[in-house]
Amino acid sequence: MSRSVAVLIASLAGITMVLSKFLVPLGDAEVKVADWFNVLAAIAFVLGGANLLKMNLLAISARGPGWGYSAVTLVAFLVTLGVGVLKAGVPPAAAFPDVPFSGEKDVAGSALWWLYEYAMSPITGTLFAMLAFYVASAAFRAFRAKNAAAIFLLATAFVVLLGRTYAGVLATSWIPHDNAWVSWLRLENLSAVIMSVFTNAGTRAMIIGIAIGVAATSLKIMLGLDRSYLGGTR
Amino acid sequence: MTFASVALVAQDAAAAASAEAAKPLFVEGRGAIGLALLVVSAAIVGGILWARSGGRVTVRRMAGLDAVDEAVGRATEMGRPILYVPGIMDMDNIMTVAGVTILGHVARTVAEYDADLEVPTSRSIVMASARSAVQSAYLAAGRPDGYNPDRIYYISDEQFAYVAATSGMMARRRPAACFYFGCFFAESLILAENGNAIGAIQIAGTAETAQLPFFVAACDYTLIGEEFFAASAYLSGEPDQLGTLLGQDLAKAACWLAVMAAAVAGTIAALAGNESFAAGVAALRQAMGGGG
Amino acid sequence: MSHGAHAPSLVDRIDRIDRRWIFLAMFLAVAVPILWVGVTGRTFPETPTPAVQGAFDALESLPPGSKVAISMDFDPASAGELQPMATAIVRHCAMRGHSICAMTLWPAGGPIVDATLKDVLGGRPEYRYGENYVSLGFQAGNEGVMKQVNADMAAAFPTDARRTPLADLPVMKGIRRITDFDLLVSVSAGYPGAKEWVQFTVSATLTSGKPLRFVAGSTGVQTPQLIPYYPTQMAGILGAIKGAAEYEFLVNDAVRRADPAASIPARFQEAQRRMAPQLFGHVLMIALIILGNVVFFARRARGVQA
Repeated sequence: MSRSVAVLIASLAGITMVLSKFLVPLGDAEVKVADWFNVLAAIAFVLGGANLLKMNLLAISARGPGWGYSAVTLVAFLVTLGVGVLKAGVPPAAAFPDVPFSGEKDVAGSALWWLYEYAMSPITGTLFAMLAFYVASAAFRAFRAKNAAAIFLLATAFVVLLGRTYAGVLATSWIPHDNAWVSWLRLENLSAVIMSVFTNAGTRAMIIGIAIGVAATSLKIMLGLDRSYLGGTR
Repeated sequence: MTFASVALVAQDAAAAASAEAAKPLFVEGRGAIGLALLVVSAAIVGGILWARSGGRVTVRRMAGLDAVDEAVGRATEMGRPILYVPGIMDMDNIMTVAGVTILGHVARTVAEYDADLEVPTSRSIVMASARSAVQSAYLAAGRPDGYNPDRIYYISDEQFAYVAATSGMMARRRPAACFYFGCFFAESLILAENGNAIGAIQIAGTAETAQLPFFVAACDYTLIGEEFFAASAYLSGEPDQLGTLLGQDLAKAACWLAVMAAAVAGTIAALAGNESFAAGVAALRQAMGGGG
Repeated sequence: MSHGAHAPSLVDRIDRIDRRWIFLAMFLAVAVPILWVGVTGRTFPETPTPAVQGAFDALESLPPGSKVAISMDFDPASAGELQPMATAIVRHCAMRGHSICAMTLWPAGGPIVDATLKDVLGGRPEYRYGENYVSLGFQAGNEGVMKQVNADMAAAFPTDARRTPLADLPVMKGIRRITDFDLLVSVSAGYPGAKEWVQFTVSATLTSGKPLRFVAGSTGVQTPQLIPYYPTQMAGILGAIKGAAEYEFLVNDAVRRADPAASIPARFQEAQRRMAPQLFGHVLMIALIILGNVVFFARRARGVQA
């Protein structure tokens, strides 16, 4: 019974969102359905927070490998939650100087702002920057000319890698840029042609296939044919 | 109130009502898109009906999905866990729904092999949905006692916090098989490279075109784009599901015909300077939302 | 114990190299040029590509005092690639005297919006908050917000980031919906971002009503997804730090043409400064690919001989 109700809700919500694209009377419905989901997701934060506390407390009590990281996670979570909720270091708003919690929680100089500026920003930036190292090791390990297609791929990669830097400009600077017959051979131009023609064509074809796949999956869910996301088969 | 002001109020109300009644039923400029949607939906429903009526649907082999059993078996032999990452987006993203669907199938195989499955999630609702899918899989495999809800847990909504925690788990617990099915962004390469470093067999699937090259480079098998959406049908083998694959191919064929026709018409218009063709191509472009 | 076992050859050792040596090489390839640029202040010349020129022209062609909406949809993780872009665009707007309405759809993007506006407009007394620029801050809802701004900005953003109703802000006078802006710019790192702006906001304006001009800046991995939309739905694209460097070059060139004696602060040349480490990083990657293939073919040849 509960699964049937869930399927019905999923179907109605999906059909409403599709029809609202085409029917004027349903114009706002799409946004309202999306808002309901956002409200659910916000409430689900509580579920996630509780699970985070439970799992990390279990890890700490079990003293398994890496339990120290769980301790750091819990301390960071509780401190951030605390300074945000309590608005630590936030002065009252200029318009309401006598109201203690009237200031914005992330005003410059507050504890939450400090955590954002000096903890979150550099850490997330560092993790994103790690991609450069991983790309280098992946390039060394995986980009092997095993067949003709791989050779073609590598040649394209070299053109684009060089064409996006000054090295490419230097390497083919001897090719006249005002001669339409040969100027496209300059690495920076060739790189732009590869992106705008070949990559564009391939991406468009993939997007069309993906869009049809999305439509098929969505239709299966809206018609109730695929219920495995709820658990179990049809 | 004077008679004149009452008359004015009545006039305003009548004007509002007639304006409301005069509002069109259909949104302007969406006719072509609506027709395309109907064609695609009809193709998919037609495929389902064909399969239900006993029609044969042949699906080519997908190496990545055939390797699921091998990967789970390898992890069982080595006594190491299996990692499943359902992406970093929420259940309102269709790739996440597809990822959780595939999780159900993988979890059934894991249950049959009595292996250890770990599913870190980035969203609370995904955690709840994943638990439901895995529990049902264990029940269907006849191993309800093997299900451990603590193996499916929430880490963080923040992308890099999630990948940092998952990478740390991978370094410590060294899963033998890693599955990445869902919506991924920049963290895809970090996960795949870490999996490579610990010697895990890796199978990935996503429709995020920007992340596919990283998965292809670092994983053993990758399901690309629509293959990922076809995976649940492939794994289940149910006629209805396979019928949607047929429908998808029919819809793609229709798109191909439309693109070819428009390309030929556009080429004729450009080369021969034919005004009729040029006007037709411009009208089609406008109708499909391409603008001037 | 195997008899006749021999020590691994150089080819084998390279093939099995600890990846931390590769990480060290990448670190040096990036760090040394950064230090060199920091000390010398020298940058490489840039030649703008058509997509970047299109973006520049879209802003440049607007009459002074036009209203520009800028959505900075990125977080600190991608700030390395996208912050120079956002800074250059705000600076270009300021040079042209455009009114700026900045917003973000990413939760961690709010401080980035404030910091960018403060950094660029702080030294310009002609720019006063509320009169010719405003920060609407962050709004949750992803595509929902994009759909709402099509019909009613105030429904999506009831107040600005300082809790002032939009109706009380002179800069928002005459702005009821997003199409009332002369240009929309999205600097985006992923979802929600430029692609969603095209799908849920810009495309709808192309089939009915007043078309909305749109320019996007994105990370390198996202740029191929946006290219199909150029030039129909987008007037220009700034792709990755290279696109940012080209745009910065155009803006700085405009400054120098207006005043040849003008000195450009280093913080307005960040993208150009980052092209040197990019060059050496790319060259290192090419070298690693070549080395990996040399090893591959050497091992294959040895395997054939054995």
